[in-house]
Amino acid sequence: MDLSFPTLCFYLFSAILVFAGLRVITSRNPVHAVLHLVLAFFTSGMIWMLMQAEFLAIAIVLIYIGAVMVLFLFVVMMLDMNVDRMREGFWRYLPVGLVVAAIMVAEMAVVLNGHYFSGVTLQPSPLTDGSLSNTRELAKIIFTDYAYPFELASLILLVAMIAAVMLTHRRRESARRIDPAQQIAVKARDRLVIHSVAPEKADVVTSAQQEESAK
Amino acid sequence: MGAIKDFFGSVVLLELFKGMALTGRHFFARKITIQFPEEKTPQSPRFRGLHALRRYPNGEERCIACKLCEAVCPALAITIESAQRDDGSRRTTRYDIDLTKCIFCGFCEEACPVDAIVETRVLEYHGEKRGDLYYTKQMLLAVGDRFEKQIAEDRAMDARYR
Amino acid sequence: MESFLQPVADLFGPLWVVVWTLVKIIAIVAPLMGAVAYMTLAERKVIGFMQVRIGPNRAGPFGLLQPVADGLKLLFKEIIAPTRASKSLFFLGPVLAIAPALAAWAVVPFSDGLVLANVNAGLLFLMAITSLEVYGVIISGWASNSKYAMLGTLRAAAQMVSYELSLGFALICVLMVSGSLNLTEIVTGQGEGYFASMGLGILSWNWLSLLPMFGVFFISGIAETNRAPFDVVEGESEIVAGHMIEYSGMSFAIFFLAEYANMILVSVLTTVFFLGGWLSPVGFLPDGIWWLLAKAAFLLFVFLWVRATFPRFRYDQIMRLGWKVFIPLCLFWVFVLGIWIMSPLSIWK
Repeated sequence: MDLSFPTLCFYLFSAILVFAGLRVITSRNPVHAVLHLVLAFFTSGMIWMLMQAEFLAIAIVLIYIGAVMVLFLFVVMMLDMNVDRMREGFWRYLPVGLVVAAIMVAEMAVVLNGHYFSGVTLQPSPLTDGSLSNTRELAKIIFTDYAYPFELASLILLVAMIAAVMLTHRRRESARRIDPAQQIAVKARDRLVIHSVAPEKADVVTSAQQEESAK
Repeated sequence: MGAIKDFFGSVVLLELFKGMALTGRHFFARKITIQFPEEKTPQSPRFRGLHALRRYPNGEERCIACKLCEAVCPALAITIESAQRDDGSRRTTRYDIDLTKCIFCGFCEEACPVDAIVETRVLEYHGEKRGDLYYTKQMLLAVGDRFEKQIAEDRAMDARYR
Repeated sequence: MESFLQPVADLFGPLWVVVWTLVKIIAIVAPLMGAVAYMTLAERKVIGFMQVRIGPNRAGPFGLLQPVADGLKLLFKEIIAPTRASKSLFFLGPVLAIAPALAAWAVVPFSDGLVLANVNAGLLFLMAITSLEVYGVIISGWASNSKYAMLGTLRAAAQMVSYELSLGFALICVLMVSGSLNLTEIVTGQGEGYFASMGLGILSWNWLSLLPMFGVFFISGIAETNRAPFDVVEGESEIVAGHMIEYSGMSFAIFFLAEYANMILVSVLTTVFFLGGWLSPVGFLPDGIWWLLAKAAFLLFVFLWVRATFPRFRYDQIMRLGWKVFIPLCLFWVFVLGIWIMSPLSIWK
């Protein structure tokens, strides 16, 4: 095995990724845990970048770090979590957790070593020679071979999004709302009338007159 | 019709551009800034600045320690102690104004029966320490001596309104 | 150029790539920092002029040394971390604020071929980097252990995520007409067409054909940089500087640098995407980097002009503008543009 620069980078990023992943589950502070999750996403994006899958790498930064984790952090910051109470059931739930973990490891092994179980061998991703970008290749596949599954997936996401909005959106009757369009539509002449009133004449005594009368 | 006009106005950001045109015009307007140490705004003879204790032309201090200014001072900035002088007249032994408390309302000036405590046009004084702004009788008399000409002129101009 | 540098390159050997890249980075960042410093002066001068004042004019002729004076002052001030603040995150905040603001410049083309990294997915890279900007605000606000900072953080998180969407949709329209994610290709694509061949390049740039998206992009850019009238994150009069409230000295100055670097970035990006980058507006004048700088300078002036003109938006109105006005408008325009491109009337062949 040669230790070329990309290989070194891979091991560096992997080490950071594993460390960040461990900190996500061991950190006592939920905000620190979320920030380590952000770091984990970022380094996995970097690893994808090493594999020249730049679209996936940028997509994970853009979507997961830029949007999903921001909202996640937003929620976690607002919560006042009692970490000690959450840790009470650690030993009780440990066996269940281990079983789940073992199943996941087994599943991953099956997927990664797929050729042991079936005749299908996974094709290595065609490396681009620079003239064709990975993004363009991905788009071609998505919008030709997998157009229907892609549209279906986006439709499901849309339905889920609308459902989430409908389920959580409540209009309180007591709340008083202002319609900005109506506010803008108001003109000064609708509200304010300026009358010109004839000035009333009063006997104004100036200081000069006062002095004269004093004399 | 009006609603349609309003809609198009808001779509093309009409009112925003109107606002920007206004500030854009002012960008080229003649500037009204006064370059303070070199240029100064005109002052009224009634300007209420740094305090001063005045003297009569013969050099006798005016203050008779009636303590009306101390009584009227809303900020309790004036402290007066009095004693009989050797010639039998009542004079202050202490006349302090704490300028950090003073609100420059001019009541002391109004209350004074002998025009002893006055406020001058001086506004550019400063202190580097808090204690520097605690003015004693000697300091106030010194201010009065220094600006007596201006003070007398201002009193004369304002006299007919009093 | 290359042959001239060859002896120096031999001196460094295999490390030359690293050294040369660092030199290029410095060549971008150093003028940028200078521009940021003088941007602060320009801001005070322009806003002063619009308020019929003359702005700072004491430090040096016309106040030209004012940024130096401000910088020195901030440099010598003590940096204080609040009690019970999360110290490491507290100092990570400013770093995370300025890092994306500088990293984004890697793919910005200043002229034909004059770009640090001419990557194919430049536009995607930019969107990813700008989406990271919010972390500086969030982390600094949370780590400060202060209520005002926390309020600023919450506002920032919601606002920046919302306006990123309309920013992205506006860029999708640019993508649709240029057919490339590469920023250099986006600019050169704007120099082709009916008007450009007539010598009126200014009319063939994207701003005219994508006029609503040009407005949406620039306004979203103002909101994304948290500048007035969308500066509720800072909100001096209500939450006294928001996430920056606990910062002093250089740690505060870095937030300031990041904000102005972002302003300059948004101006340059608007120039690249909609105003033809380094292309000359008329045929008889040569193209060049000075056009990019002039256009970006004008947009920066507009930034200041807008700040001098409009009062701060109310928070719910910012959200309404983002979600109920810009996003439907963008979706509609993507649809219209798609039909236009596929129709025989298309001007992008």
